[in-house]
Amino acid sequence: MSRHARALVQLAAPVLLVILTGLACGLAGRATEIEILSALVSVSTVVAVYVFVGNSGVLSFGQISFVALGAFTSGVMTIPLDSKAGVLPQLFPILRDHTIGNVPSLALAALVGGAAALLVGIPLMRLSGLAAGIATFAVLEITHNLLREWTAIGPGATTLALVPETTDALQATLGAIGVIVAAFAYQGSRLGRKLRATREDPAAAAGVGINVHRERLWGFVLSGALSGFAGGLLVHLLGSITTEDVYLELTFLTLAMLVVGGSTSLLGAVVGALLVSGIDTLLSHAEDGIGIGFTVNLPSGTRLVALGVLMAAMLVLRPTGVTGGRELSLPTWRKGEA
Amino acid sequence: MSLAIPLASIDAQTLVDALGLGAVYALMAVGIGLVFGVLRLVNFAYGQLVMAGAYTLAYTSDWPIVASIVACFAVVIMLSSLMERLVFRPLRTQSPAVMLVTTFALAFLLQNIALLIDLRDNTIGEAAASIAPLNRAIVIGGVDVRKITIVTLIVAFCALTALALLLGRTTIGLHMRAAATDFRTARMLGVRADRVISTAVLLSALLAATVAVILTVQFPLVTPDFALRDTIVVLVGVVVGGIDRLWTATLGGFAIGFASGIINGALPTENTVYLPSVLFALVILVLLIRPAGLFARGGSSLVERV
Repeated sequence: MSRHARALVQLAAPVLLVILTGLACGLAGRATEIEILSALVSVSTVVAVYVFVGNSGVLSFGQISFVALGAFTSGVMTIPLDSKAGVLPQLFPILRDHTIGNVPSLALAALVGGAAALLVGIPLMRLSGLAAGIATFAVLEITHNLLREWTAIGPGATTLALVPETTDALQATLGAIGVIVAAFAYQGSRLGRKLRATREDPAAAAGVGINVHRERLWGFVLSGALSGFAGGLLVHLLGSITTEDVYLELTFLTLAMLVVGGSTSLLGAVVGALLVSGIDTLLSHAEDGIGIGFTVNLPSGTRLVALGVLMAAMLVLRPTGVTGGRELSLPTWRKGEA
Repeated sequence: MSLAIPLASIDAQTLVDALGLGAVYALMAVGIGLVFGVLRLVNFAYGQLVMAGAYTLAYTSDWPIVASIVACFAVVIMLSSLMERLVFRPLRTQSPAVMLVTTFALAFLLQNIALLIDLRDNTIGEAAASIAPLNRAIVIGGVDVRKITIVTLIVAFCALTALALLLGRTTIGLHMRAAATDFRTARMLGVRADRVISTAVLLSALLAATVAVILTVQFPLVTPDFALRDTIVVLVGVVVGGIDRLWTATLGGFAIGFASGIINGALPTENTVYLPSVLFALVILVLLIRPAGLFARGGSSLVERV
């Protein structure tokens, strides 16, 4: 099989999964539709995190801060003008007196996420291992603290409401595909390959002339921009958001999805996001007593316990993830090969 | 940051409270550091062990105090060895990232189990009443010292001394130090891996139960996120101090507890809204200057030298 055909198969697998999920929206009822949409937004978020964590092998807890920045940028900028000054009186005038459309707000979210990642990444990408983990965690804490307290840039500790709910099946699907294509283009490019080389062996990569710091920074910035974009999709899905929605729990869930799927492949990121979201949806239906054939009525709260058990079990039984960290490739038939 | 605080506002009261908090965090830091030493595993679910102990104290609050504390130790030790058997042991050869994310999943799981149990009476939070008297204050030289602070300081001192003796003067301690330095070489030289790991996990469980008792006395309302925030702060302290060696990790835990205590006591509340930002910016600064840890000497095997 030619190199191009192989690349096409690798890209087609995650894209097809997303399209099928998007199509399922049309068949589902309203309640399930929201769950499917949120699964698609999870795909965007997890793939955005994968671009850095998966390709560089450096664990970052900071990517959700770019999701948060994207969400609040996009949300604040799309609240209708006539109600904005009323709900967010303390905003900077430039933010208060301007409102932009849905698509520009998503672009702006990506821009803000990327810019923040550049700013943070320049000093932080020198770190690796646990030091990098804790430093990126510190970034998450700082972002959360600023968004929560600074009422000149957002709603502070209150809920950001009245955001137009524009993330429909089409937008969520196209958004997820866009993020996947960007991630795929990056990981096959010169930059992406250099970053993956630093993941396999930083010393050897540096030895052949790769600037580890610079390659990590590019990955971090692209990941930051995609995270910001995913945040924009998220806020337009929910319609209202608080700083707590884009904080610790989302960080842990996103990383768990990535590792469950297989953290070193794009397919793994997509499969992890869809699988964990899917299980979550199934369990929440079981909790409501809607049976599959028979009625299982679980006490409320069981869903999260079962989800925790499943995630822990999958990580213990298959630590390399469902996909084993590989992209999809069609079987090859060559003579002389077992 | 500490320069901005007028020194006069740090009184003996603040100092005593900060010492108490530092001591608790030091105990947690040792618990996390011991397991990290032999398994290279950052146990994020450590706080949930403390939480489980606290719930045990709350649910047994009509028992005699001693029985209640014994139950707390039993539950924490059981849960901890279960974790080791079912999760840590199979994952021993995996990358640190996989192990860390698995402990997130564990923490998530335990927290939701606690929520499920707690919500049976339709309210969140259980009060642990029986051990509350320890929280009363006695006045020493004009300073209100809560009994639990004295107990904490004594317990922390005894526990750390006992641990130092165990690690320094016994065979199993020698084995643990050897395993922490180089696990594979230690195994080749006849150190039993499972025994060393079980011992480290047991010791860290004992410390978690101790911390559970101390924290429950101070904050008698037990909720599913009990000790979660403390664990995060301690983890940060441990890495900033230097996780590679036990005493630098402990010192890091103590330092971050002591610093939070001083800052919380010395600053008026309206000035502290951006305090987390300042503190975490300092953390980043320290990590950039000394990635192996503030108190670590020279390079560290944990940090790639690229």
